[in-house]
Amino acid sequence: MSEIFSPTVAPPVRAEPVASEGAATRTVLIGIAIAFLALFLVLPLIAVFTQAFSKGVEAFLAAFREPDAWSAIRLTLTVAAIAVPFNVVFGLAASWAIAKFEFPGKSLLITLIDLPFSVSPVVSGLIYVLLFGSQGLFGTWLVDHGIQVLFALPGIVLATVFVTFPFVARELIPLMQEQGSSEEEAALTLGASGLHAFRTVTLPNIRWGLLYSVLLCNARAMGEFGAVSVVSGHIRGLTNTIPLHVEILYNEYNFVAAFAVATLLAVLALITLVLKSFLEWRFAGELAHGRSH
Amino acid sequence: MDRPSTAIRVEGISKTFDTAAVLHDLSIDVRAGELLGLLGPSGSGKTTLLRIIAGLDAPDRGRILFGDDDATGLAVQERAVGFVFQHYALFKHMSVADNIAYGLNARRRADRPAKAEIKRRVGDLLDLIRLSGFGDRYPSQLSGGQRQRVALARALAVEPRVLLLDEPFGALDAQVRKDLRRWLREIHDRTGQTTIFVTHDQDEALELSDRVAVLDRGRLEQVGTPDEVQEHPASATVMKFLGDHVEVEALAEGGRVLVRGRETPVAAPAGTIGPVKLYVRPWQLQLAEPEAAHLSGTVRSSYRTQGRQRIEVVDIEGRVLAVEDFDGIRHPAGHPVGLRINGGHVFG
Repeated sequence: MSEIFSPTVAPPVRAEPVASEGAATRTVLIGIAIAFLALFLVLPLIAVFTQAFSKGVEAFLAAFREPDAWSAIRLTLTVAAIAVPFNVVFGLAASWAIAKFEFPGKSLLITLIDLPFSVSPVVSGLIYVLLFGSQGLFGTWLVDHGIQVLFALPGIVLATVFVTFPFVARELIPLMQEQGSSEEEAALTLGASGLHAFRTVTLPNIRWGLLYSVLLCNARAMGEFGAVSVVSGHIRGLTNTIPLHVEILYNEYNFVAAFAVATLLAVLALITLVLKSFLEWRFAGELAHGRSH
Repeated sequence: MDRPSTAIRVEGISKTFDTAAVLHDLSIDVRAGELLGLLGPSGSGKTTLLRIIAGLDAPDRGRILFGDDDATGLAVQERAVGFVFQHYALFKHMSVADNIAYGLNARRRADRPAKAEIKRRVGDLLDLIRLSGFGDRYPSQLSGGQRQRVALARALAVEPRVLLLDEPFGALDAQVRKDLRRWLREIHDRTGQTTIFVTHDQDEALELSDRVAVLDRGRLEQVGTPDEVQEHPASATVMKFLGDHVEVEALAEGGRVLVRGRETPVAAPAGTIGPVKLYVRPWQLQLAEPEAAHLSGTVRSSYRTQGRQRIEVVDIEGRVLAVEDFDGIRHPAGHPVGLRINGGHVFG
C-alpha cells in the first residue's frame, strides 16, 4: 500500500511534480483509511478493554476464577494444538504437490483448498452434523461403536481444521512455485534422499512463510466461532471454547466477565499482529505474502 | 584403472512431454574423459537429454548405460552424476563451504568422510575454483561467475562419474563467459572428468568441446570434432546452425556444381543431378571481376574487425550476402561488385 501514497518522481519535462496535484487527494484517502480503521478496529478494541475493567481489576480477575473459564481456555488450547499441526502437515503436503508436480485435477485441488474461505462457517459446522450426528450418515455406526464425535472434542477439532486449512497451503503454494524445484533437484543429484532434501533445502527456504501462516492459522483456530458453535453443543465446562464461553457470559448479561475473557482473544490478536508485522518487515523477500503488498 | 572407452551410452531414447515429442530415438556414445558439447537451438531437446542422463527425467523408450551397466532404472541419487544447473541452484541459506560439502554430508554415516576430511576436500575445491577464503560467504554475496564456479565445485565434490552442465554460461555477461570457458577447459584438462555441456552458442561449443553433438528438433544431426562439423557438415541443418551462410541456387552436372552456368570448385554428391542448393560461408566468397563472378550485387557496407574485413553485398533479389575477404581496399556503399564462390556444401 505504501507505494501508492509515497511521492512519485516526476518526469523531468513536467514543470509540476505529479505528486503535487495529488496532495489533497492523498490527505483525503489517508483520512478515510484512518477513520475507517479507528471506527471498526481501534474503537472496538478500546471498548473491549474498558468494558472488561469497568468494575475494576478485581471484577476482571474474578472472571478467570470461574472453573468454566479455565476449561474453555484449556479446550481452546487443545483444539489449536491439534488443528494447527494437522494443517501444517496438510498444507506442506498440498503445496509441495501443487508447486512441484503436474497432475490431473490440480486446479480442482487448488479450488477445493479455497473452499473453506468461501463457505459460511456455520455451513461448515452443519456438514459435520450431517455426517456424524445421530441422524447423520455415519451416526448409527458411531453410536454402535460408542464413539462420540459431535458435541465433543473430535467434532470441534474437525470443524476447526476445516475452517483453517487454507491458511498454510495458501501461503506456501505461491512461495514454493516461485522458488521452483531446481534446488531440490540439485540436492538429489548430490545424493540426498527425498526426505533429506526436504529437511535441508525445502524447509529452510520456506521457514518464514511457514511460521507466518502458522501464526494466522493459530489465531483463526483459537478464535473460530461459527463452525465450532454448531458442533460443540455448548456444554459448560466441557465443550465450550473461549469464543463460545464469551457468548454464553454475554447472553447471561454478565458483561464484565464476557469482556474480560474476550480480552484474551484481543491480546492474542494483538500478539499475532505484532509478530506478523515483524515477519513481514524482516523477511519480506521470503514470504509469498510480503511481495504481493 | 582401465576405463572403458565409452563412458555413457545413450541408446534409442525417446521422450514426449504432454503431446509434444522432444526426443526421437536418439543414440549417442560419450567417450571417457571427453568434453562433449550438446549444441542446438532452443527446443531441440538438448536439456531434456541432459536431464534424462542425470535421471531427473525418465525416457519413454530407450536405455542409458554407464560403462557396461544399465542405468535406465537407477534413481538420480544412485547415478553419481554432477549436475550444474543453468541458474546454479545454489542453496541460498548455506555458506559456500556448506554448499560444496552438501553431497558429502548427505551420504549415509558409513560412507560419509570424517569432518576433517570433508573440510580438507572443500578447501581443495575452493582452491580449484580460485575462491579460497570465500567459504564463509553466502551465495547472495557472490557475483554470477563466482556462483557458477561454486556450483561446479559442489558437483565435483561428490566425485561424479560424469559432469553435466546445463547452459553453464548462459546467464553471464560476455567477458566473464570467455574467462569461464577457458577456465572450464583448464579444469577439464586437469581432472580428465567426462563432461557433457549443453549450449545454444555455436562459438562456445566449437571453442570448448572435444566433440560437438548437434541436435535439432529432438534428433541428432551430427557428432564430430569441431573441425569435422565445420568442414563436413552432415546436413543443411548443421550447416545453417553453425554460422552465417548464403543459400545459392545451383545446378549439379557431371559431378560438379554450377552457378549461373559457371563452374565452382564444389563437387556434387554422387548421383545428384539437376537443381540443388549450394550453402556458402562468408569466407568462401571472394570479390571478383564480373566475368569471373558467380554472383553480383552492390556493396551495402564494409567494415573491419580484428584483422578481417567484412563486406555486406545486396544482390538483385535484395538478399544480403556477407563476404569475408581481405583485399585492403575500401568498398564504398553502392559500388557494384561481382562475387566468386571458392567453396561450399551441397546436401543430397
